[in-house]
Amino acid sequence: MSSRIPIVPENTEPLPRLRENEGMLSWVASVDHKQIGIMYLICCMVFFLIGGLEALLIRIQLAQPEFGFLSPEVYNQMFTMHGTTMIFFVVMPFLIGVGVYLVPLMIGARDMAFPRLNALSFWLFVFGGILIYYSFLTQSGAPDVGWFAYSPLSEKPFSLNKGPTYWALGLLATGIGSVASGLNNVVTILTMRTPGMTMRRLPLFVWMILVTSFLLIFVIPIITSAFAMMLLDRLLGATFFTPAHGGSAILWQHFFWGFGHPEVYILILPAFGIISEVIPVFSRKPIYGYEFVAGSTVAIGLLSLGVWVHHMFAVGLGDVTNLYFSFASMLIAIPTGVKVLNWVATMWGGKIIFATPMLFATAFIIEFVIGGLTGVAIASVPIDWVVTDSYFIVAHFHYALFGGSLFAIFAGVYYWFPKFTGRMMSETLGKWHFWLTVIGFNLTFFIQHFLGMMGMPRRTYTYHDFPYWGSMNLISTIGAIVLAVSVLVFVWNILQSLKRGEKAGGNPWNAWTLEWATTSPPAVHNFDLVPPVRGRRPLWDLAHPDMPDEPDAKVV
Amino acid sequence: MEKLGGLFNPSSLEMDAMTDLTVYIIVISAAILGIIAFAVAYIIIRYRKKPGDDTEPYQDFGSLKLEIVWTAIPVAIVAVLFLLTCSTMNVIQPPVKDHEPDLVITGHQWWWEIYYPKSGVVTANELHIPLGKYLLIRLESIDVIHDFWVPELARKIDAVPGHPNYMWIEATKPGVYLGACAEFCGAQHANMRIRVIVENEEEFKEWEKQQLVIPATPRAGLAGEGAKLFQEKACMNCHTIMGTAAAANVGPNLTHLNKRQTIGAGVLTNSPENLAKWLTNPQKYKQGSLMPNMKLSDNDVQALVAYLEALK
Ligand code: HEM
Ligand SMILES: [Cu+2]
Repeated sequence: MSSRIPIVPENTEPLPRLRENEGMLSWVASVDHKQIGIMYLICCMVFFLIGGLEALLIRIQLAQPEFGFLSPEVYNQMFTMHGTTMIFFVVMPFLIGVGVYLVPLMIGARDMAFPRLNALSFWLFVFGGILIYYSFLTQSGAPDVGWFAYSPLSEKPFSLNKGPTYWALGLLATGIGSVASGLNNVVTILTMRTPGMTMRRLPLFVWMILVTSFLLIFVIPIITSAFAMMLLDRLLGATFFTPAHGGSAILWQHFFWGFGHPEVYILILPAFGIISEVIPVFSRKPIYGYEFVAGSTVAIGLLSLGVWVHHMFAVGLGDVTNLYFSFASMLIAIPTGVKVLNWVATMWGGKIIFATPMLFATAFIIEFVIGGLTGVAIASVPIDWVVTDSYFIVAHFHYALFGGSLFAIFAGVYYWFPKFTGRMMSETLGKWHFWLTVIGFNLTFFIQHFLGMMGMPRRTYTYHDFPYWGSMNLISTIGAIVLAVSVLVFVWNILQSLKRGEKAGGNPWNAWTLEWATTSPPAVHNFDLVPPVRGRRPLWDLAHPDMPDEPDAKVV
Repeated sequence: MEKLGGLFNPSSLEMDAMTDLTVYIIVISAAILGIIAFAVAYIIIRYRKKPGDDTEPYQDFGSLKLEIVWTAIPVAIVAVLFLLTCSTMNVIQPPVKDHEPDLVITGHQWWWEIYYPKSGVVTANELHIPLGKYLLIRLESIDVIHDFWVPELARKIDAVPGHPNYMWIEATKPGVYLGACAEFCGAQHANMRIRVIVENEEEFKEWEKQQLVIPATPRAGLAGEGAKLFQEKACMNCHTIMGTAAAANVGPNLTHLNKRQTIGAGVLTNSPENLAKWLTNPQKYKQGSLMPNMKLSDNDVQALVAYLEALK
């Protein structure tokens, strides 16, 4: 074994020691990746409840045509904050948080490469969230120009209130934190793997976090510059995005989607990673086609950088431009399809245990395929011209983000909760949560495909009483209420299980990756002894010395 | 059964093409979803772990052959889809070259201005077009980005300030079609509606002729009083009425208001009672609208309604 040259310099100052001060301070001052990870998850849970409440208010307002539950101003604030919250303060930090917790454990490391930077990223995220939500308390109220804040609507002449300013400032702060997280992950994964953990033996979750982290590093600076320009416009009277004074309305959209499209892969790739860990363990088989699952992630990451104009087909950029971006967007279907088929093949011939994590992972496949197929449809320019900015799109991205990312997150929470806390979650409540979520989710969103095709525009606080619109919207609202109940069951399950869940032991699922080789919850220093890594499933190799995954692999 | 709108009732050449494409895609997608759902259902039934069986299944790491097959299949599907996309685009988007537009539609927060450059007709929120004519429409915006969308008749197209866009349309069925703004444009985005009246050539010509007549300004009676009020109050600062001094463009042109079916870009049907309600407090019916509450007395409202009713 060649000597490993440390690329990350060792800390000379000792890090603050954990549990030195018991109680709150040990958390606030923590630089331990596990504590920071848990804090991410708790904050995301709080934001999820807030974002869900906003969604419920939106849906109640739309339960009937011409309903007067929310005023137009409040409605517009609600959908803006709902979208912003779910994207930037729920799904993205959740996946970053799970990554922060698990990546060092999965690669057999003691901590992240830059523990203090890790804490800074987290606190910037919290700070950004507080800043955005503080806007509710200001006189002019929360941002109300949509989560993509198109110019010139979000510019001073058309939005005199301060909401969009808070929006840009808050997201600027979290964005800086996200870039730092991305860098931290990349350095950690590339330099801190335990001996024997080659890139080809990396758990798939870590692969996907790696690709996601590169995306963060490349694309967040795009939107950060756009936020800075928007703030210059709003605060100092620059006119980057106001056509009336020589700026360009479309420029903002290029910036926004240049970031925004890769962002949706930032939200889905780690989710793919979770699914790629859960399905093999509960099927009792290795992942089918590891190289293809990892390789297709890289392909998706690269392609995602070149497709942003598919959000702008109606802007009028010309047929040649539109067709190029249409083609590039359709290409993403290929590596994505490869992934789905490999997951199905992993289950094929297995001995599947349908514990709650596996239920969510299985449902994920179906829901995500629906979201993916409608995604391919709207990559076709003429179809996009028909359904863009209608409820069809609302249905599409909820199938991708809720049926996709969020279902994977639920699978991940049930899977790793024993590792995080030392206790199992209740399977009974878990099954209730699962079925209520599946029923509520499909009830809410499937019908919206048809509403969109029938002509219902999105982001409207009210609609005319066209044939069937009222009853279809009512069904959707009932679905949202079922979803709200399912979330309550989930929260209850977490609280109950924390107190009286069954003790988990080190490896309750009989899984194979390194995080399961330590106690639950892991000790401060993670591992007493990292098991030897001679293949992709170190704990399988330990348990089955007669049939290791890579029979010829040498001990290092 | 009442008629479904949107994609379920395509009424122009362009929508026919787009509907066909959508149907193809739905069929292909449903087939793919069906296959995967079937496979998953089969797996759930067939490969569930039996109680008491604690052996591990055969450890299968993958197959290069299969990977190649299931990379090739989506490649083929994408190729077909892309060709279909190109051919549909060809139908919808013939080149503009040096055509003069037949119609100029301008988005305003939260109403539509409509101008027929070939005849000079100006109206708002209600668009009359002749059946079976190939029309070139030019889209503009005066303030923020809007999006013109009449689901039965045409593709969506943004009205972007400083960036005019063009769209072709040929209606194939007469009727009244309802549309809306599809790009979020502020407080009353929901009530930025548009109606398109597709009528045969003679009816359209008739309408156009009538729109070009400048209505006489009433001099006496309640309507005459209203006409005076219109010039004295702030109404004329924002609206145009041909044949009078009012020539502003902040709100809709009111020259032939009586001939229109709705007011407030679709919030109320056009009747004297509704007009009175609107003038008394537009904010009640369209909260956030750029037309302020003018604090008119009941008498003034009645006079103005009488005047506007006379604008045939
Ligand atoms: C709790 C269940 C949820 C319900 C009932 C729900 C409902 C809705 C509805 C009705 C809209 C459309 C608002 C409008 O067009 O006026 C919307 C928008 C949106 N939702 Fe959700 N949603 C839910 C969960 C989620 C999740 C989990 C995510 C993402 C991870 C999400 C992301 C978004 C985004 C990005 C928008 C767009 C906001 C905009 O148009 O600016 N939602 N949601
Ligand atoms: Cu608009």
